Amino acid sequence: MLRTLLSDDFPQSRILSALLLLIFIGLASAPFLFPGSQSLNAAAKICYFIVLVASYDLLIGYTGIVSFAHAMFFGIGGYGAGIALYAWGPTWCSIALGTLIALVLSIFLALIIGLFSLRVRAIFFAMITLAVASVFAILASQLGWLTGGEDGRTYQIPLVLRPGFHLFEQNVLGVPINGRILAYYFVFFCALVLFLIMLRVVNSPFGRVLQAIRENEFRAEALGYRTVLYRSIINCVSAVIATLAGVLCAVWLRYTGPATTLNFDIMLDILLMAVIGGMGTLYGAILGATIFLLAESYLQHLMAVIGKVTAGLPVLPQLFHPDRWLLWLGILFILSVYFFPTGIVGRLQRCKTT
Amino acid sequence: MSTIKDQGEIVDRPLDWQPLVLVPLLIFIALPLIGSPSTWATLTIAGLAMGMMIFIMASGLTLVFGLMDVLNFGHGAFISLGAYTTTLLLLPLSGWLVAESLMLNFVALLAMIALAMLITGIAGYFFERVIIMPVYGRHLHQILVTVGGLIVAQQIIIVLWGPIQITLPLPTALRGIIVFGDIAVERYRLIVVVIGLTVFSSMLLVLHCTKIGLLIRAGVENSEMVEALGYHLRRLFIGVFVAGSALAGLGGVMWAFYREALTPGMGLELMVLVFIVVIIGGLGSVGGCLIGALLVALTANYTGFLAPKLALGSNILLMILILLWRSRGLYSVTSR
Amino acid sequence: MSEPLLTLSTVNTHVGPYHILQGVDLTVPRGGLTALLGRNGAGKTTTLRTIMGLWHASSGTISFEGNDITAWATPDVAQLGIAYVPENMGIFGDLTVRENLLLAAREGDIDPSRLRWILELFPALRKFWSAAAGVLSGGQKQMLSIARAIIERRKLILIDEPTKGLAPSIIVSMTAAIKELKCTDTTILLVEQNFLFARALSDTVAVMDNGRVVHTGTMRALAADQSLQQRLLGLTLDSHQ
Repeated sequence: MLRTLLSDDFPQSRILSALLLLIFIGLASAPFLFPGSQSLNAAAKICYFIVLVASYDLLIGYTGIVSFAHAMFFGIGGYGAGIALYAWGPTWCSIALGTLIALVLSIFLALIIGLFSLRVRAIFFAMITLAVASVFAILASQLGWLTGGEDGRTYQIPLVLRPGFHLFEQNVLGVPINGRILAYYFVFFCALVLFLIMLRVVNSPFGRVLQAIRENEFRAEALGYRTVLYRSIINCVSAVIATLAGVLCAVWLRYTGPATTLNFDIMLDILLMAVIGGMGTLYGAILGATIFLLAESYLQHLMAVIGKVTAGLPVLPQLFHPDRWLLWLGILFILSVYFFPTGIVGRLQRCKTT
Repeated sequence: MSTIKDQGEIVDRPLDWQPLVLVPLLIFIALPLIGSPSTWATLTIAGLAMGMMIFIMASGLTLVFGLMDVLNFGHGAFISLGAYTTTLLLLPLSGWLVAESLMLNFVALLAMIALAMLITGIAGYFFERVIIMPVYGRHLHQILVTVGGLIVAQQIIIVLWGPIQITLPLPTALRGIIVFGDIAVERYRLIVVVIGLTVFSSMLLVLHCTKIGLLIRAGVENSEMVEALGYHLRRLFIGVFVAGSALAGLGGVMWAFYREALTPGMGLELMVLVFIVVIIGGLGSVGGCLIGALLVALTANYTGFLAPKLALGSNILLMILILLWRSRGLYSVTSR
Repeated sequence: MSEPLLTLSTVNTHVGPYHILQGVDLTVPRGGLTALLGRNGAGKTTTLRTIMGLWHASSGTISFEGNDITAWATPDVAQLGIAYVPENMGIFGDLTVRENLLLAAREGDIDPSRLRWILELFPALRKFWSAAAGVLSGGQKQMLSIARAIIERRKLILIDEPTKGLAPSIIVSMTAAIKELKCTDTTILLVEQNFLFARALSDTVAVMDNGRVVHTGTMRALAADQSLQQRLLGLTLDSHQ
């Protein structure tokens, strides 16, 4: 049964399997293992970022397309659900409707971007997605009446998911089962389902054609595959899943704004996570997102300590200033591209075979 | 496009004139839309100045693209770096910068430009050797690695100069406005236009009247054949990359004084415009780059006045329109 | 018998996953014109590109005037005095005819007497001297490509299918040009499908098939042996007329 669930795509390395299992257990029982709102927040963020990064890996890892518009689709999902909840009240209906609208918009944009620029060279595609995403971000902050501008939108979520709601009278394993926990499991299970769906997509005949296109597009065309069609489809699939990840984010944070979704920083984060984790293996998204987000929260503490230790020396304190964690992750990112082109996952998988 | 005259006559190279009329056309169309001639003139000169700066920044990128087929998303790092190096001379040259003399101000500005270009040129050399060379020929990795380089460079700038905005006041004599009748023109903008034209003409001179320029133009078209003719293009690549980085640094200095502010994110913000310009102009074409830069800057200024919310979107629209007309940019030179 | 100018010994070349040259043994004697014949896909162009260093041999040796140039970079190979006229001519369409020739003149400026000789061989080049090379017709581009190869003294010229797609009248003038070229002390290695053209010009001949050289000898011998022609090239001189 595990075989069908994972669509026959096993991690192929004992260390990797162990790590993935660890992460899975950690996330599945986060409310009980790591009580406290900060850790639960981190866990939820890891969940929807895994989905987001995995959907990006569909493009960059499996099809070889570099796009800078991914955060835009994430934002569309976030704003879709967020604005719906804000405008139409905190019901499941609002979420559903908002998600639907967001999906339509995402598919539309993905089709347009795809059909227009997939006919031109890869560089053009990358730049065009960058330009389109920038425009969208500016649009979002300018249409303040709809999106709340720079401040974004805060709203309530359905009753069941609110902190005040209690499912059981007593605590389970020392933790009160309130709406927040339910919200977390909502995010967790949706993320799990979406990830398994993506595993199925890449291990299907469709997915194999994508990889063939990545390896040698010319050859794939010669073999009769309409590569533009395939790339358009994966573009849309990837955009749809990113949008859904955005919905999860909006429901969890009870807030939507440019800083959490549309920022170019988010796009860079996605890129870093995908590369460090490993491109072309969806498991890389899990590793990459976990490592990156844990580092974001907890590396800063470490760096603050080092900063204090090196106080008084010329440049070092600033190098280790907690805000500069992106510097070190950036260096790690560059090193990954050189030495682990297939990311940590690839490294582990290769260790197994040698 | 070309006409071949009958036997016996010497045929001159035909000129692709159509893109050349775009800029005058745009300026011409803008007049009735804007209405007031003085506003129109101010906006146009602002647009030309901004266009020159963007051209300077983008020209290096388009040559590197065209010649080396290298995607350098890290180009913005050199823009930021060049801008920030001005702070190194702010104190030593403060006397000259504050002085009322145009000559002293100008010399100080030139000194800053020279230092910025030197530092960014050297940085470019190391960037090419360390970051780019290992990933020659692999576009996906180039994009990733250079984006990484951009992030790291931005963080290092923050480490060295701090995260908050630094004000960069214009030298005294370069401030202010010159008035021609009804039209008010900022003095600095005129200087930018002059410097921009100087850079452009120098580039044209090098490209069309020197052997190196010949090699670059030929290499942009068919680098394999240039090597088969006996030239080591790799050495040329490095030189072009260094020159491109230095030009980005120059652009950064000019932009910093234009905005009178230094922010760590400035390089990244400008990259979107630079990319649009490079795509519009056509990879490897310096002339296309200039026209593209002027079009983009003028459009930004005009729409900024007419319909502010559409400003950046208008540039995307411009890019799409031009790509629909000529799918490889205004002047497509590379064979790729 | 003088030393051969160029020798290939069991040269194998892989291009991507394809094993194109499968042990090529080729000797090009000094002086004169050697023709490299064979069917489509036999590996003739790959052989030239491997010599030039555009593709690298995965095994075997290439030796030119005593230098082992197997792993040399293309510019170094060219600087030994080897010129390359590729199948697609490699003309820089955006540069003028003059600039194309200037680029080929590594020593500096173009030698006027040599230029005069070239312009006599290819009068069309004078007419389009300042025109962008992209406006030239196919035949004129081919002439420019050859002109580039001879703008300075070269020891060996590799020419890849110069008559491809050209009108018969132009082939006639090209034959005359190359005949005159043979009078200089330049060695020419000519890859051709047009057997007639090759026959008119070559002294020695090598025939390739499936990535190997399957026959070497004099052109005179091959031209006289119809059955040999049929076996190696799938056609005879008579049918080719």
